[in-house]
Amino acid sequence: MNSPKINIKPFGAHSVLIEWPNEVSEIILEKILHFERFLTKEVFTDKAWELVPSYNSLLIINRTKQLDFQKLSSDIHKWYIQLKESPKPDRYLWRLPVSYDLEFGLDLEEVANQLHKTKEEIIAMHTGATYTVFGIGFLPGFMYLGGIDKELELPRKATPRPKVIKGAVGIAGKQAGIYPQESPGGWNIIGNCAVPIFDATKENPCFVSVGDKIEFYRISKAEHDLRKIEAEVGIYKPEKIKIDA
Amino acid sequence: MLKILKAGFYTTIQDAGRFDYRNKGVPVSGVMDEISVFKINSLLENEESAAVLEITMTGPTLIFEKETYIALGGAKMSATLNNLPIQNYKVYTIEKGDILSFGKLEKGFRSYLAVKGGFTSEEVLGSRSFYQPITKYNRLTDNDAVSFSVQQDFQPKISEIKVDSFLNESVLEVNKAPEFDILTDKQLEEIFSRTFTVAHENNRMAYQLSETIQPHTVSMLTSATIPGTVQLTPAGKLIVLMKDGQTTGGYPRAVQLTDKAICILAQKKGGDSVSFKLV
Repeated sequence: MNSPKINIKPFGAHSVLIEWPNEVSEIILEKILHFERFLTKEVFTDKAWELVPSYNSLLIINRTKQLDFQKLSSDIHKWYIQLKESPKPDRYLWRLPVSYDLEFGLDLEEVANQLHKTKEEIIAMHTGATYTVFGIGFLPGFMYLGGIDKELELPRKATPRPKVIKGAVGIAGKQAGIYPQESPGGWNIIGNCAVPIFDATKENPCFVSVGDKIEFYRISKAEHDLRKIEAEVGIYKPEKIKIDA
Repeated sequence: MLKILKAGFYTTIQDAGRFDYRNKGVPVSGVMDEISVFKINSLLENEESAAVLEITMTGPTLIFEKETYIALGGAKMSATLNNLPIQNYKVYTIEKGDILSFGKLEKGFRSYLAVKGGFTSEEVLGSRSFYQPITKYNRLTDNDAVSFSVQQDFQPKISEIKVDSFLNESVLEVNKAPEFDILTDKQLEEIFSRTFTVAHENNRMAYQLSETIQPHTVSMLTSATIPGTVQLTPAGKLIVLMKDGQTTGGYPRAVQLTDKAICILAQKKGGDSVSFKLV
């Protein structure tokens, strides 16, 4: 199979950026993650290296050394061309419980009005899709989710809120996401996820990785409160399903 | 223990940074001015990653409850030890009960206090650097205490260094960042010929610059950013990401500050001037 073309760009003295075609595509994301696994395992094994994938790019950082861009760039091209098919790693579909109670869904009515739908229809569309994690950034554990129902696309709010609560479930443009912590935010808030996405006390602080899938299912406010307590005392485990490669 | 009698404007614990979690959206954090910290940790013969206090604009008043050795570096803040003036980049012996305080900000913006062996506060995800909500607090407050281990009979190989200070420098050397090639001639000319003013919106996450350059309508997919990345917003504002800056962004990345330029900028405050030079 022909691999999509890559473009390598300098990014300061300690990093280079590998870019794939400028599109949101699962095929490209798979290729990036495949190349990232190869590089992490075979080439950039020293602790000084860090790799950050996102949508159509992969950043390679060496925090101690100054990089020789020309040399590294030609090596990367060579490694990419020689990249062999390899078994895919375990990938997971995470099913996350969301309460769409109006106490949480601050913009749910407004979103329904704007899209000429009922609130029930909005919730059905939001829970009906399977999302792909294209990137994690902006805040620790903030996932950029692609795969939103086309009919749910609407612009972000004209004026961002100075404060959005932890767990707020938002939509904006072609993206869906969850605020993993309290933060200012401009997305339309339609519910709240009871499962903490980021927990700094855990060795792996964020159970989700780029390339994983996410689905939302609806729970009541009462169930949300219960899940939240379970999560706080550490007995709630997010529901995961292994995806067959 | 080091007890914080008065916390000052913004005093935090920082080390070399929190690495290996950028793919989960965790900023690296760590000291803003690595050059100054490297020097004082070297004087005390500490590990490069030893945690220090980062002291911003207005310094704290501190009392040492155990003996140790200290060195100060970075901004000049009229520091005194038991009311006697002390200088940067010199090792001082500390006795139990000694009081370190800071006065007027003379030059720079961030001062650093290192103790022999480094501060031994709690590590979260491999680092002691404050960054809320990864760490419980975002800064030290009055009556907090910070731990360190007692060090006796330290004979520094070098007790004082003359430092070629960059506190007066204002030229930020930069390399190309990924969207450099899509900048217009006008934008390039503006970036490299103008003098920019540090806006009052400046903190450990980002430094905004007041002046605007030619706006743009480039839209791009979210992609990784690092400390020192200069983003260009659609309105033509330049935003320099710093140590607590977000790990991804959606604005074009115009240029990338060198390691030294990050240190130079970290010592600037609102109203100061800077300019860019491509190297």
